Amino acid sequence: MKKSPIDRRNFIKKMAMLSAMTAAASMFPGIIFASEQEKGIPKDANLDWKKGPCRFCGVGCGILVGVENGKPIAVKGDPNSKVNKGLLCVKGYHQTMCIQSKDRLEHALVKKNGRYVKTPLNEALDIVANKMKETIAAHGKDSVAMYTSGQSTIPEGYIASKLMKGAIGTNNLDCNARLCMASAVTGFMTSFGADEPMGCYEDIDYADYFVTWGNNMAEMHPVLFSRMLEQKTKRGAKIIDFATRTTRSSTASDRSILFEPQTDLAVANAICYEIIKNGWVNKSFVEKHCTFSKGLTNMGYGLEDHYEFTDKPEQIDFEAYKEFLKDYSPEKVSKYSKVSVKDIKYLARIFGDPNKKVVSYWCMGMNQHTRGTWINNLVYNIHLLTGKISQPGNGPFSLTGQPSACGTAREVGTFTHKLPKGVVTNEENRRLAAKIWKVPYERIPSKPTYHATEMFRAVDRGDIKFIWTQATNPLVSLPKTGRYRPGMQKDSCFVVVSDVFPTPTSDVADVILPASWHIEKGGLYGNSERRTQYWEKMVEGPGETTADAWMFIEVAKRMGYGDLFPYSKENHVEEIYNEYIQFHEGNKHGMAPLEVLKKESGVIWPYVDGKSTQWRYNAKYDPACSNGEDFHFYGKPDGKAVIWQRPFEDAPEKPDEEYPFWLNTGRVIEHWHTGSMTRRIPVLHQAMPHAYAEFHPEDAKALGIRNGEKIKIVSRRGSCTLPASINERGLPTKGQVFVPFFDENMLINDVTLDAFCPISKEPDYKKCAVKVVKA
Amino acid sequence: MPIKSYLAHPVPGKKEELMEALIRLGQCEVIPAKNQDVLALVTDTPDELSEELLKEKIEALESLKLLSLVSGFNVSQN
Ligand code: SF4
Repeated sequence: MKKSPIDRRNFIKKMAMLSAMTAAASMFPGIIFASEQEKGIPKDANLDWKKGPCRFCGVGCGILVGVENGKPIAVKGDPNSKVNKGLLCVKGYHQTMCIQSKDRLEHALVKKNGRYVKTPLNEALDIVANKMKETIAAHGKDSVAMYTSGQSTIPEGYIASKLMKGAIGTNNLDCNARLCMASAVTGFMTSFGADEPMGCYEDIDYADYFVTWGNNMAEMHPVLFSRMLEQKTKRGAKIIDFATRTTRSSTASDRSILFEPQTDLAVANAICYEIIKNGWVNKSFVEKHCTFSKGLTNMGYGLEDHYEFTDKPEQIDFEAYKEFLKDYSPEKVSKYSKVSVKDIKYLARIFGDPNKKVVSYWCMGMNQHTRGTWINNLVYNIHLLTGKISQPGNGPFSLTGQPSACGTAREVGTFTHKLPKGVVTNEENRRLAAKIWKVPYERIPSKPTYHATEMFRAVDRGDIKFIWTQATNPLVSLPKTGRYRPGMQKDSCFVVVSDVFPTPTSDVADVILPASWHIEKGGLYGNSERRTQYWEKMVEGPGETTADAWMFIEVAKRMGYGDLFPYSKENHVEEIYNEYIQFHEGNKHGMAPLEVLKKESGVIWPYVDGKSTQWRYNAKYDPACSNGEDFHFYGKPDGKAVIWQRPFEDAPEKPDEEYPFWLNTGRVIEHWHTGSMTRRIPVLHQAMPHAYAEFHPEDAKALGIRNGEKIKIVSRRGSCTLPASINERGLPTKGQVFVPFFDENMLINDVTLDAFCPISKEPDYKKCAVKVVKA
Repeated sequence: MPIKSYLAHPVPGKKEELMEALIRLGQCEVIPAKNQDVLALVTDTPDELSEELLKEKIEALESLKLLSLVSGFNVSQN
């Protein structure tokens, strides 16, 4: 139907308004236009508002989607959501605009003689199931793999795990959360014995200081940052930005402290040195609730195939720890961290002041780090030494990137070593999974296989002969894509990709499955603060688009596992969730029943006796504390948290004469990860149409580079050509180049290094050495 | 039939005043930012001349510190 001139005019006015608001968002960190979408809604519209979580980041804002005649017309922030209280960022407001994109994957496509042929979904699923069965018969269970996402829903992650580990009997399941959250998980597990933050977003309302460690919350967690700015204005709370690059978060902070890449390890130790030296240790807390340990050092960086590492923890005492810290006096650390002695002492004083409440926030800067587990441990050390943990306004808080990195990847456990409760190496955990899944206990293998990077190395080597990816785009997001793209193109591996839009990953697929977008199916997500959010299907998807969970079930049935997947198409989300929550029963991880989630705008776990536990390990708030003390770190058998002795160790590749710059990669506010959704939202695409390489102006001058000029960034692995950006959005330190990774036409991950943290196996996208030449 | 969008920055403390003045001028649609001193503004006028006149009136407002153009569209009537 042709649009009337009035409709068209209104549409253009709305676009004009969105452009203005997007421009504002790129100028003011955390800016919020609360009523923007409602203004654009026609007065006579008869909208049915349906609640759910935002499709994008791990903040997990509640949204209300206005649906008219089966179409999503508008999105607004859910005023009942405790996360965002009605606010949304630019991505959140515009999210549903991508689903009508012209190149939406609406039907299954099967590659025949080098060309994609539109194929009925049933037939495509037959092909996938047969191929999986044949591959297993010919090469064994460990020749097939699945790579899922922190954007998959909880039921999708659960069914993927049940299919791979319970039905087929292989641990060849990993997910893209390995690339963003694995170090946070190993940090939590080693320090506390239980995953996920102890506090919640309400900490923002009580903290006197927010210390942000290597993250740019103004762009990556904008709604939380706007809540922090509100507290800054209202109560005089202070934001301290500790980073390697000056960003919008830095300019909106009270103090910006810059450090040399990788030396955050040393600075964190120097803060602890100062805390001890000045007598700021909370002695009774440490004596009652902490132990001290050290692990192996010089672990390597996982650069070689088949790399393996297992830490050997050894208990030490406070005196040994104090002795170790002698190498980390502010004076010594200042020399190589480029942080002044004054600034190190300033940071230590903030944590050391018993009258000030402090929250530490971090995300990819600490996690995507070849010593990611260590730096997570070291920040916990600071909070443990001072007892600033598990109380309103006091605590370390690891933020997630993806909307369900916690809910799906970490809680359901779509990692090779994980089960919905516990790990595959633990017999009791395997027995519980076998019981709930109704499979023989022996079928679940006890040894983890491939983490993400190693999984794609195995594809390249020809060890994995079938891989199925969902809701993820590894050929843009993996490090060193220059190796993994040709690897996935090899005939030795059959590639199945389920997604909503075509991507460079679907370009190498043998079968492409048309996935539903989140509001076209029901589901559950879990955000950074342990909040589980449910939504029901809001609109019909186009063509044969189908929920990933249902496609897994269909394939499982075709492979002969139908009895293990007895779910109905209409109610599978509900049925799967009810089965899944049996894994978490009890007061340490109890999940809210679905009836509660249907009513509420998300509920934080542990959910005990009809109540959320907002601060874990604190007896005042957490009914699972049972040691009779104020605090109980019950994740560890002795009920105590661990303060870890972890040294500073260099990055595997540092700038040298031939490659004189650090390369740092990351995100921008307008785009969600690899841009496959947000680049299809006109207003976001126009606001940030392509990637760029940020330089320090003095470096640009020395290289003779002008703003906008095409340059080539070259590493030992590959190169990428982009326009230079000088004094625009961010300002890297001298000797550093920053490039966002959202642009599939400028693949910066061809340049990055696939080194990872030996404990978490999470790659470091923030540090490698490059040179810059004119294109 | 131009449609233009701007960011209107008020003189400190005059955000409300600027918003009211813009609405009074007509042909203006305004959405204020909730937590920053800036307004998103869309003007909708019948021709270039009216657009120019409206812009002059906006720029003369005492509560306005700075007006910056973001986008411009010219929409035909049919
Ligand atoms: S802050 Fe994150 S969750 Fe909230 S609206 Fe923006 S993208 Fe969505």
